[in-house]
Amino acid sequence: MKKLLILLLLISSTAFAGAAQPLAEDVALEARLKALSQELRCLVCQNSTLADSNAPLAEDLRKEIRVQLRAGKSDKEVVDYLVARYGDFVRYRPPVNNSTALLWFGPFLLLIIGSFVLYRVLKKHAGNDEIKGEDG
Amino acid sequence: MNRMAKFLIPLALFLVAVGFLAKGLFLDPHEVPSPLVGKPAPIFQAPILGEAGKTFNSADLKGQVWLLNVWASWCGACRDEHPVLMEMAKTKQIFTYGLDYKDTDQAAQAVLLAHGNPYQATVTDADGKIGIDFGVYGVPETYVIDKAGVIRFKQTGPITDEILFTKIVPLLKELQR
Repeated sequence: MKKLLILLLLISSTAFAGAAQPLAEDVALEARLKALSQELRCLVCQNSTLADSNAPLAEDLRKEIRVQLRAGKSDKEVVDYLVARYGDFVRYRPPVNNSTALLWFGPFLLLIIGSFVLYRVLKKHAGNDEIKGEDG
Repeated sequence: MNRMAKFLIPLALFLVAVGFLAKGLFLDPHEVPSPLVGKPAPIFQAPILGEAGKTFNSADLKGQVWLLNVWASWCGACRDEHPVLMEMAKTKQIFTYGLDYKDTDQAAQAVLLAHGNPYQATVTDADGKIGIDFGVYGVPETYVIDKAGVIRFKQTGPITDEILFTKIVPLLKELQR
Protein backbone atom coordinates (compact mmCIF):
# COMPACT_ATOMS: atom_id res chain seq x y z
CA MET A 1 0.00 0.00 0.00
CA LYS A 2 2.76 2.38 1.00
CA LYS A 3 4.75 1.41 -2.06
CA LEU A 4 1.74 2.09 -4.24
CA LEU A 5 1.30 5.48 -2.65
CA ILE A 6 4.91 6.40 -3.23
CA LEU A 7 4.62 5.18 -6.78
CA LEU A 8 1.52 7.28 -7.31
CA LEU A 9 3.25 10.30 -5.83
CA LEU A 10 6.20 9.76 -8.11
CA ILE A 11 3.99 9.47 -11.15
CA SER A 12 2.04 12.57 -10.26
CA SER A 13 5.17 14.58 -9.58
CA THR A 14 6.63 13.65 -12.95
CA ALA A 15 3.33 14.48 -14.57
CA PHE A 16 3.40 17.91 -12.97
CA ALA A 17 7.00 18.37 -14.00
CA GLY A 18 5.90 17.72 -17.55
CA ALA A 19 3.11 20.25 -17.36
CA ALA A 20 5.07 22.96 -15.61
CA GLN A 21 8.11 22.74 -17.81
CA PRO A 22 7.15 25.18 -20.59
CA LEU A 23 8.52 28.47 -19.34
CA ALA A 24 10.50 31.23 -20.99
CA GLU A 25 10.39 29.81 -24.51
CA ASP A 26 6.66 29.33 -24.41
CA VAL A 27 5.99 32.80 -23.05
CA ALA A 28 7.79 34.25 -26.04
CA LEU A 29 5.99 31.84 -28.36
CA GLU A 30 2.58 32.68 -26.91
CA ALA A 31 3.35 36.39 -27.30
CA ARG A 32 4.19 35.83 -30.96
CA LEU A 33 1.06 33.74 -31.43
CA LYS A 34 -1.02 36.51 -29.88
CA ALA A 35 0.56 39.26 -31.97
CA LEU A 36 0.15 37.19 -35.11
CA SER A 37 -3.42 36.13 -34.45
CA GLN A 38 -4.39 39.78 -33.91
CA GLU A 39 -3.36 40.42 -37.51
CA LEU A 40 -5.48 37.58 -38.85
CA ARG A 41 -9.18 37.41 -39.46
CA CYS A 42 -11.44 34.66 -38.22
CA LEU A 43 -13.35 33.61 -41.33
CA VAL A 44 -16.31 32.31 -39.39
CA CYS A 45 -17.09 35.55 -37.57
CA GLN A 46 -15.52 37.96 -39.96
CA ASN A 47 -15.33 41.01 -37.77
CA SER A 48 -13.14 39.49 -35.13
CA THR A 49 -9.52 38.47 -35.19
CA LEU A 50 -8.23 34.97 -34.71
CA ALA A 51 -7.10 36.08 -31.28
CA ASP A 52 -10.58 37.20 -30.18
CA SER A 53 -12.68 34.51 -31.77
CA ASN A 54 -14.10 31.52 -29.97
CA ALA A 55 -15.15 29.76 -33.15
CA PRO A 56 -13.88 26.18 -33.36
CA LEU A 57 -12.06 27.00 -36.60
CA ALA A 58 -10.22 29.89 -34.93
CA GLU A 59 -9.19 27.52 -32.15
CA ASP A 60 -7.90 25.00 -34.69
CA LEU A 61 -6.00 27.68 -36.56
CA ARG A 62 -4.42 29.03 -33.38
CA LYS A 63 -3.36 25.49 -32.56
CA GLU A 64 -1.92 25.05 -36.05
CA ILE A 65 -0.06 28.38 -35.85
CA ARG A 66 1.38 27.38 -32.48
CA VAL A 67 2.65 24.10 -33.96
CA GLN A 68 4.22 25.92 -36.87
CA LEU A 69 5.87 28.57 -34.69
CA ARG A 70 7.24 25.87 -32.46
CA ALA A 71 8.67 24.17 -35.53
CA GLY A 72 10.65 27.35 -36.20
CA LYS A 73 8.52 28.91 -38.95
CA SER A 74 8.74 32.68 -39.35
CA ASP A 75 5.70 34.94 -38.96
CA LYS A 76 5.70 35.54 -42.70
CA GLU A 77 5.72 31.82 -43.45
CA VAL A 78 2.72 31.32 -41.18
CA VAL A 79 0.80 34.19 -42.78
CA ASP A 80 1.65 32.84 -46.26
CA TYR A 81 0.40 29.41 -45.19
CA LEU A 82 -2.97 30.89 -44.22
CA VAL A 83 -3.23 33.19 -47.24
CA ALA A 84 -2.60 30.20 -49.55
CA ARG A 85 -5.67 28.50 -48.04
CA TYR A 86 -8.06 31.31 -47.15
CA GLY A 87 -6.94 34.17 -49.42
CA ASP A 88 -5.86 37.73 -48.68
CA PHE A 89 -9.11 38.23 -46.79
CA VAL A 90 -7.58 36.40 -43.84
CA ARG A 91 -5.24 39.35 -43.29
CA TYR A 92 -6.53 42.39 -41.47
CA ARG A 93 -4.11 44.61 -43.39
CA PRO A 94 -4.77 44.00 -47.05
CA PRO A 95 -1.60 43.79 -49.16
CA VAL A 96 -1.04 46.28 -51.97
CA ASN A 97 -1.75 44.54 -55.28
CA ASN A 98 -3.87 45.02 -58.39
CA SER A 99 -7.17 44.14 -56.78
CA THR A 100 -6.58 46.37 -53.74
CA ALA A 101 -5.01 49.34 -55.55
CA LEU A 102 -8.27 51.29 -55.56
CA LEU A 103 -8.71 50.59 -51.84
CA TRP A 104 -5.25 51.93 -51.03
CA PHE A 105 -5.02 54.84 -53.45
CA GLY A 106 -8.71 55.70 -53.93
CA PRO A 107 -8.79 58.09 -50.94
CA PHE A 108 -5.80 60.03 -52.31
CA LEU A 109 -7.46 60.17 -55.71
CA LEU A 110 -10.60 61.61 -54.08
CA LEU A 111 -8.44 64.09 -52.16
CA ILE A 112 -6.85 65.31 -55.39
CA ILE A 113 -10.23 65.64 -57.14
CA GLY A 114 -11.69 67.40 -54.09
CA SER A 115 -8.78 69.84 -53.89
CA PHE A 116 -9.16 70.64 -57.56
CA VAL A 117 -12.91 71.30 -57.21
CA LEU A 118 -12.31 73.41 -54.09
CA TYR A 119 -9.63 75.40 -55.91
CA ARG A 120 -11.98 76.07 -58.83
CA VAL A 121 -14.85 77.13 -56.55
CA LEU A 122 -12.67 79.40 -54.42
CA LYS A 123 -11.17 81.02 -57.50
CA LYS A 124 -14.64 81.69 -58.89
CA HIS A 125 -15.78 83.21 -55.59
CA ALA A 126 -12.67 85.36 -55.39
CA GLY A 127 -13.60 86.67 -58.86
CA ASN A 128 -17.16 87.45 -57.69
CA ASP A 129 -15.85 89.40 -54.71
CA GLU A 130 -13.74 91.52 -56.96
CA ILE A 131 -16.74 92.33 -59.13
CA LYS A 132 -18.76 93.16 -56.03
CA GLY A 133 -15.91 95.34 -54.86
CA GLU A 134 -15.98 97.25 -58.12
CA ASP A 135 -19.73 97.73 -57.83
CA GLY A 136 -19.59 98.99 -54.27
CA MET B 1 -25.99 74.64 -70.03
CA ASN B 2 -23.79 75.45 -67.07
CA ARG B 3 -26.80 75.35 -64.85
CA MET B 4 -27.80 71.94 -66.21
CA ALA B 5 -24.28 70.65 -65.53
CA LYS B 6 -24.54 71.88 -61.96
CA PHE B 7 -27.55 69.60 -61.49
CA LEU B 8 -26.46 66.72 -63.63
CA ILE B 9 -22.97 66.16 -62.29
CA PRO B 10 -24.02 65.62 -58.65
CA LEU B 11 -26.99 63.60 -59.85
CA ALA B 12 -24.71 61.37 -61.92
CA LEU B 13 -22.30 60.94 -59.00
CA PHE B 14 -25.23 60.13 -56.74
CA LEU B 15 -26.52 57.51 -59.16
CA VAL B 16 -23.08 55.90 -59.39
CA ALA B 17 -22.92 55.74 -55.57
CA VAL B 18 -26.42 54.24 -55.47
CA GLY B 19 -25.33 51.68 -58.06
CA PHE B 20 -22.38 50.57 -55.93
CA LEU B 21 -24.47 50.40 -52.76
CA ALA B 22 -27.22 48.44 -54.52
CA LYS B 23 -24.64 45.95 -55.80
CA GLY B 24 -23.26 45.72 -52.26
CA LEU B 25 -26.69 44.78 -50.96
CA PHE B 26 -26.75 41.68 -53.12
CA LEU B 27 -23.25 40.49 -52.31
CA ASP B 28 -22.81 37.89 -49.60
CA PRO B 29 -19.97 39.04 -47.36
CA HIS B 30 -19.61 35.47 -46.12
CA GLU B 31 -18.62 34.34 -49.57
CA VAL B 32 -14.89 34.71 -49.67
CA PRO B 33 -13.30 33.79 -53.00
CA SER B 34 -11.05 30.79 -52.48
CA PRO B 35 -7.45 31.22 -53.60
CA LEU B 36 -7.43 27.47 -54.28
CA VAL B 37 -9.70 27.66 -57.32
CA GLY B 38 -7.46 27.01 -60.34
CA LYS B 39 -4.80 25.37 -58.17
CA PRO B 40 -4.10 21.68 -57.56
CA ALA B 41 -6.25 20.25 -54.80
CA PRO B 42 -4.30 19.26 -51.68
CA ILE B 43 -3.51 15.54 -51.72
CA PHE B 44 -4.75 13.80 -48.60
CA GLN B 45 -5.02 10.35 -47.12
CA ALA B 46 -7.50 9.52 -44.41
CA PRO B 47 -9.65 6.68 -43.08
CA ILE B 48 -12.88 5.82 -44.88
CA LEU B 49 -16.02 6.09 -42.78
CA GLY B 50 -17.54 2.73 -41.91
CA GLU B 51 -14.77 0.72 -43.51
CA ALA B 52 -12.35 0.01 -40.72
CA GLY B 53 -8.73 -0.16 -41.77
CA LYS B 54 -9.34 1.23 -45.25
CA THR B 55 -7.62 4.43 -46.31
CA PHE B 56 -8.69 6.88 -48.98
CA ASN B 57 -5.98 8.52 -51.05
CA SER B 58 -7.13 11.49 -53.12
CA ALA B 59 -4.25 10.90 -55.55
CA ASP B 60 -6.04 7.69 -56.70
CA LEU B 61 -8.77 9.85 -58.28
CA LYS B 62 -6.43 11.40 -60.86
CA GLY B 63 -8.01 11.11 -64.29
CA GLN B 64 -11.52 11.42 -62.85
CA VAL B 65 -13.76 14.40 -62.40
CA TRP B 66 -15.08 14.35 -58.86
CA LEU B 67 -16.71 16.44 -56.18
CA LEU B 68 -15.52 16.78 -52.62
CA ASN B 69 -18.41 17.65 -50.33
CA VAL B 70 -17.44 18.80 -46.85
CA TRP B 71 -20.17 18.01 -44.35
CA ALA B 72 -20.81 17.03 -40.74
CA SER B 73 -23.59 15.54 -38.68
CA TRP B 74 -23.73 18.72 -36.55
CA CYS B 75 -24.22 20.94 -39.60
CA GLY B 76 -27.83 22.00 -40.14
CA ALA B 77 -27.36 23.45 -43.61
CA CYS B 78 -25.89 20.10 -44.70
CA ARG B 79 -29.32 18.50 -44.15
CA ASP B 80 -30.84 21.12 -46.48
CA GLU B 81 -28.33 20.16 -49.11
CA HIS B 82 -28.68 16.41 -48.64
CA PRO B 83 -31.64 15.88 -51.03
CA VAL B 84 -29.72 17.68 -53.79
CA LEU B 85 -26.73 15.41 -53.23
CA MET B 86 -29.03 12.37 -53.37
CA GLU B 87 -30.44 13.66 -56.65
CA MET B 88 -26.89 14.01 -58.00
CA ALA B 89 -25.99 10.49 -56.89
CA LYS B 90 -29.04 9.07 -58.68
CA THR B 91 -27.69 10.26 -62.05
CA LYS B 92 -24.73 7.88 -61.57
CA GLN B 93 -22.68 10.40 -63.54
CA ILE B 94 -21.60 12.70 -60.77
CA PHE B 95 -19.08 11.22 -58.35
CA THR B 96 -19.23 12.84 -54.96
CA TYR B 97 -16.89 12.00 -52.11
CA GLY B 98 -17.73 13.19 -48.64
CA LEU B 99 -15.35 14.73 -46.15
CA ASP B 100 -16.79 14.29 -42.68
CA TYR B 101 -15.42 17.40 -40.99
CA LYS B 102 -14.78 17.50 -37.23
CA ASP B 103 -17.32 14.82 -36.48
CA THR B 104 -17.65 11.46 -34.79
CA ASP B 105 -18.03 8.35 -36.92
CA GLN B 106 -21.17 7.18 -35.12
CA ALA B 107 -23.01 10.47 -35.58
CA ALA B 108 -22.03 10.65 -39.24
CA GLN B 109 -23.09 7.08 -39.93
CA ALA B 110 -26.42 7.72 -38.23
CA VAL B 111 -27.08 10.63 -40.60
CA LEU B 112 -26.25 8.55 -43.67
CA LEU B 113 -28.48 5.76 -42.41
CA ALA B 114 -31.40 8.11 -41.81
CA HIS B 115 -31.15 10.27 -44.93
CA GLY B 116 -29.39 8.06 -47.46
CA ASN B 117 -25.78 7.94 -48.58
CA PRO B 118 -25.01 10.05 -51.67
CA TYR B 119 -21.25 9.47 -51.46
CA GLN B 120 -18.93 7.08 -53.28
CA ALA B 121 -17.07 7.10 -50.00
CA THR B 122 -16.85 9.36 -47.00
CA VAL B 123 -13.44 10.30 -45.67
CA THR B 124 -13.12 11.23 -42.02
CA ASP B 125 -11.39 14.41 -40.88
CA ALA B 126 -11.97 14.29 -37.15
CA ASP B 127 -9.42 16.98 -36.22
CA GLY B 128 -10.20 19.24 -39.19
CA LYS B 129 -6.67 19.17 -40.63
CA ILE B 130 -7.77 18.31 -44.17
CA GLY B 131 -10.38 21.03 -43.85
CA ILE B 132 -7.66 23.59 -43.10
CA ASP B 133 -5.71 22.50 -46.17
CA PHE B 134 -8.79 23.09 -48.30
CA GLY B 135 -9.47 26.45 -46.64
CA VAL B 136 -12.80 25.24 -45.25
CA TYR B 137 -14.42 27.86 -43.04
CA GLY B 138 -18.09 26.99 -43.14
CA VAL B 139 -19.70 23.64 -43.84
CA PRO B 140 -21.14 22.60 -46.20
CA GLU B 141 -18.57 23.35 -48.87
CA THR B 142 -18.16 21.61 -52.20
CA TYR B 143 -15.16 21.49 -54.49
CA VAL B 144 -15.22 20.39 -58.14
CA ILE B 145 -11.91 18.73 -59.01
CA ASP B 146 -10.93 17.98 -62.60
CA LYS B 147 -9.04 15.08 -64.17
CA ALA B 148 -5.69 16.73 -63.52
CA GLY B 149 -6.55 17.17 -59.84
CA VAL B 150 -7.12 20.92 -60.12
CA ILE B 151 -9.93 22.62 -58.17
CA ARG B 152 -12.20 24.23 -60.74
CA PHE B 153 -15.07 25.48 -58.62
CA LYS B 154 -15.90 25.99 -54.99
CA GLN B 155 -19.36 26.29 -53.53
CA THR B 156 -19.51 27.67 -50.00
CA GLY B 157 -22.82 26.86 -48.38
CA PRO B 158 -25.44 24.37 -49.50
CA ILE B 159 -25.78 23.40 -53.16
CA THR B 160 -29.21 24.45 -54.32
CA ASP B 161 -30.97 23.13 -57.41
CA GLU B 162 -30.19 26.45 -59.07
CA ILE B 163 -26.46 26.22 -58.39
CA LEU B 164 -26.48 22.58 -59.48
CA PHE B 165 -28.09 23.25 -62.84
CA THR B 166 -26.58 26.63 -63.68
CA LYS B 167 -23.04 26.09 -62.43
CA ILE B 168 -22.05 22.55 -61.50
CA VAL B 169 -23.71 20.50 -64.25
CA PRO B 170 -22.43 22.71 -67.13
CA LEU B 171 -18.94 22.71 -65.61
CA LEU B 172 -18.95 18.91 -65.21
CA LYS B 173 -20.07 18.49 -68.81
CA GLU B 174 -17.18 20.64 -69.94
CA LEU B 175 -14.65 18.86 -67.71
CA GLN B 176 -15.77 15.35 -68.60
CA ARG B 177 -15.25 15.92 -72.29
